[in-house]
Amino acid sequence: MTPSTLSLATALPEIFLTAAICIVLLVDVFAGAAGRRITPTLTLIVLAGGAALTLAYAQSGTTVELFSGMYVSDPLAVVLKLAGFLFVAVGLLYSRHYLETRGILRGEYYVLALTALLGVFVMISAGSLLTLYIGIELLALSLYAMVAFDRESGVAAEAAMKYFVLGAIASAALLYGMSLIYGLTGSLLLPEIARALQGEASLGLVMGVVFLVVGVAFKFGAVPFHMWVPDVYHGAPSAVALFVSAAPKLGSFALAYRLFVSGLGGVSDTWIQMLAIVAGLSMVAGNLIAIAQTNLKRMLAYSTIGNVGFILAGFVAGTEQGYEAALYYTLVYVLMVLGSFGVILVASRAGFEADELAHYKGLHQRDPGLAFMMLMLMFSTAGIPPFVGFWAKLQIFQVLWATDNMALVLIGAAVSVIGLFYYLRVVKLMYFDEPGDLPTIERRTGVRLALGLNAITVLVLGLMPSALLALCAQVLS
Amino acid sequence: MTQGLGLLSVLVWLPIIGGLAVLAVGDRQAGLARWLALAVSVLTFLLSVPLWSGFDTTTAAFQFVEKLPWIPAFNASYHLGVDGISMPLVLLTTLMTIPVVVAAWGSVEKRPAQYLASFLIMEGLMIGVFSALDSLLFYFFWEAMLIPMFLIIGIWGGARRVYATLKFFLYTFLGSVLMLVALVYMYIQAGTYDIVALHKLPLSMTEQYWIFLAFFAAFAVKVPMFPVHTWLPDAHVEAPTGGSVVLAAVMLKMGGYGFLRFSLPIAPDASAALDDFMIVLSLIAVVYIGLVALVQQDMKKLIAYSSIAHMGFVTLGTFLGFAILSAPAAGPAAALGLEGTRLAGAAMGIEGAMVQMVSHGLISGAMFLCVGVMYDRLHSREISAYGGVINVMPKFGALMVLFAMANSGLPGTSGFVGEFLVIIASFKANFWYALLAAVTLILGAAYTLWLIKRVIFGPVANENVARMRDLDARELGVLGALALGVLLLGLWPAPLLEVMQVTVRHLVEQVMTSKLPL
Repeated sequence: MTPSTLSLATALPEIFLTAAICIVLLVDVFAGAAGRRITPTLTLIVLAGGAALTLAYAQSGTTVELFSGMYVSDPLAVVLKLAGFLFVAVGLLYSRHYLETRGILRGEYYVLALTALLGVFVMISAGSLLTLYIGIELLALSLYAMVAFDRESGVAAEAAMKYFVLGAIASAALLYGMSLIYGLTGSLLLPEIARALQGEASLGLVMGVVFLVVGVAFKFGAVPFHMWVPDVYHGAPSAVALFVSAAPKLGSFALAYRLFVSGLGGVSDTWIQMLAIVAGLSMVAGNLIAIAQTNLKRMLAYSTIGNVGFILAGFVAGTEQGYEAALYYTLVYVLMVLGSFGVILVASRAGFEADELAHYKGLHQRDPGLAFMMLMLMFSTAGIPPFVGFWAKLQIFQVLWATDNMALVLIGAAVSVIGLFYYLRVVKLMYFDEPGDLPTIERRTGVRLALGLNAITVLVLGLMPSALLALCAQVLS
Repeated sequence: MTQGLGLLSVLVWLPIIGGLAVLAVGDRQAGLARWLALAVSVLTFLLSVPLWSGFDTTTAAFQFVEKLPWIPAFNASYHLGVDGISMPLVLLTTLMTIPVVVAAWGSVEKRPAQYLASFLIMEGLMIGVFSALDSLLFYFFWEAMLIPMFLIIGIWGGARRVYATLKFFLYTFLGSVLMLVALVYMYIQAGTYDIVALHKLPLSMTEQYWIFLAFFAAFAVKVPMFPVHTWLPDAHVEAPTGGSVVLAAVMLKMGGYGFLRFSLPIAPDASAALDDFMIVLSLIAVVYIGLVALVQQDMKKLIAYSSIAHMGFVTLGTFLGFAILSAPAAGPAAALGLEGTRLAGAAMGIEGAMVQMVSHGLISGAMFLCVGVMYDRLHSREISAYGGVINVMPKFGALMVLFAMANSGLPGTSGFVGEFLVIIASFKANFWYALLAAVTLILGAAYTLWLIKRVIFGPVANENVARMRDLDARELGVLGALALGVLLLGLWPAPLLEVMQVTVRHLVEQVMTSKLPL
């Protein structure tokens, strides 16, 4: 094995995924109507194979740079990619029946999901500003198309349009910020930027950082750049909302980490202050507005905004433990949101979207199993032990206290109580109210098993959180 | 020191696993679920007896200790153990779950397996709260317990159950989150969540004030103390009988326990500085809430307010010690001939608080069961719907009168011992405290006996009452056993006092040692 092939093996997840995208596309085209059955299964096989390859060729504990530093593979990248494979696979598994009953089960959906994942991977492994930007655009363009995938739906088209226009503005801001940084440092490579930017921040740098923070806040969906989140979650088909809320969050985390920590770590004061404001605003606004929602998808959108505030709060700490906490929170949050949207998908049926809160009345009587899963997920998202969401919040509190961010600790504590109310309301609807004449829930064993596993994972990780915590600590040290 | 799993783990997890098993049996086989739940609760109680018989009363150290690594990243361990303060409360928990399970037999028809499973799971979590020696583990159980209680009130409660249960959850969660913030702060200082290490953590006066107030938010809501007591009457009135029993008998004790386990030893100087504040709030609870109880029309509400008043004695006894320690040497205590060192006085206050907690657990549980018995027959909690019950239900009437006497603190019942100890201790602190506290003995007697007069005695009020049947064997067994406990504890409290004596003395010494640099 020559050195070059060895080093190319590091980029195997992306290479494999690119090849697989072509194959899936071709198979779908030539298989015709039968492809509807083949493509979803083939995609799952691709994801499983990709995960296996990533694991097999992971250079344990070392950082490898490729393509003159444009591409970087480190333990963090490996873990995020594995999580990406897993979360996309689970998301697609939940979505299949939903797509089928709405007549939008087409090969392109799966291809777009894979290109979005590829975009996430490119962001995860970005070693330069350029790679980061390519990843962002690849992800964003795939998502725009997915949101508009149900072309009969006017709401979805509106959501996609909004997402596209606002996303373009955010991309422009990000690009502008990057160009300022490039102008100051003369390099696009993150390690070079980190070397050049140390100590006092110049006015130009602050300008650049402002635009970068705007871009990152938009991609995360943090206040005040959150306007697209509720509309996209609400307007897009539920399966797409699930997709948008899951894997791209890994990309956003990678974006923030690569940009701020790898690139601008030497001038962390500049972005920490701005992120602190964004994080605080997101926590407060997300949790407060969520209370007023009557639509579950919109409620989850605002809940996402609130939770993103917690993720960003981990960055605000500006310590290694802080990034660990943010990583842990991201992984845990995606796991929980996958389950919550999974419940929506299972509760929906042909001609009936279970997306209003009122549709969950008496769910416990109609379908005790599903209601119990939702109960676990809601309590977990609210941060109540024994579920894993508690540890995510606790770790954020710890790193904030350790760095004397008392204001954010108190805001976090206050919004946890406020947030609890709307999660409890879902439980109240499911358990305390009478069902009325809502349609029964279809029983499909496969999805239920996966969903049950998802909920049980939330519980088991809550009872024994140390393994995942140790993993997060390991990949960032 | 790493010890494997032991008795306490069994006590925590057996009811939880048993509860899941009951859940798995399901509502379709309600009979089997009931028997299984009974078996689990009785077995848990029997297994908890060795805690008492094997308890070493000569040491203040924790016993039956288990310590396993749990979350190395946070330096938190799975650390369980009991001392003289927590052991009686663990036993109270295992004991009081049995009547709850038995009382559900005839009265809960809606989803009985889920009902019983919730109580069993909650039992395990409550034992976890009392035996956790790691503050993170403590918080873990403390919060997790809210979930089954939320469901119990919300599913099986009365007409305004949704309002009551949301209020209950949000109220207690608000306090708990502040406690978590304080715990995290101390973790940052100490590098560990271990409670014993936190007891030794040096803290400045400002830190102690804030930590004390954060704990106060959590524990005062739970006790509940005036003015954060308003959730309790709502929760009690709407909760099903079993929910009320567990709430009054065990859950309120967690607040009192929290003060003894966390507030006093971790922030002794702040506790000493704020003792007047705590004593005044306790006395308001005792007197004002007693007056409120007097005018209630609803039996459950009356007992709920009476619970708040009785728990006022617990917080009073807990914080009297500081007043005693700082009282002038030749005070009214000497004049009244109540001799003994101040240290003993402070210990007496805390012992009184402990006895009061255990005794109130039995009495309030029994009172709520009595109301449950009547509610099963007439489906009303209004006092005015009853009258002359003793004519048709002599056995029930006799037992209810006994519990009422205990509730008003009649000598010979357990209700007397705790209140008496607290009142004596308060004489050592300040005559006026004692006077106010003693006034409530009258108030307590007034509202309880008036309740009894209107409900139990007098002529049969209406046809519905005339048709009430007396206790069956199941109900008689449960209430009889509790009556026995109330009398036993009242006539011979020595074993209970003996168990806690050394631990309480150790606690008093602990809080006397200032954490401030000299």
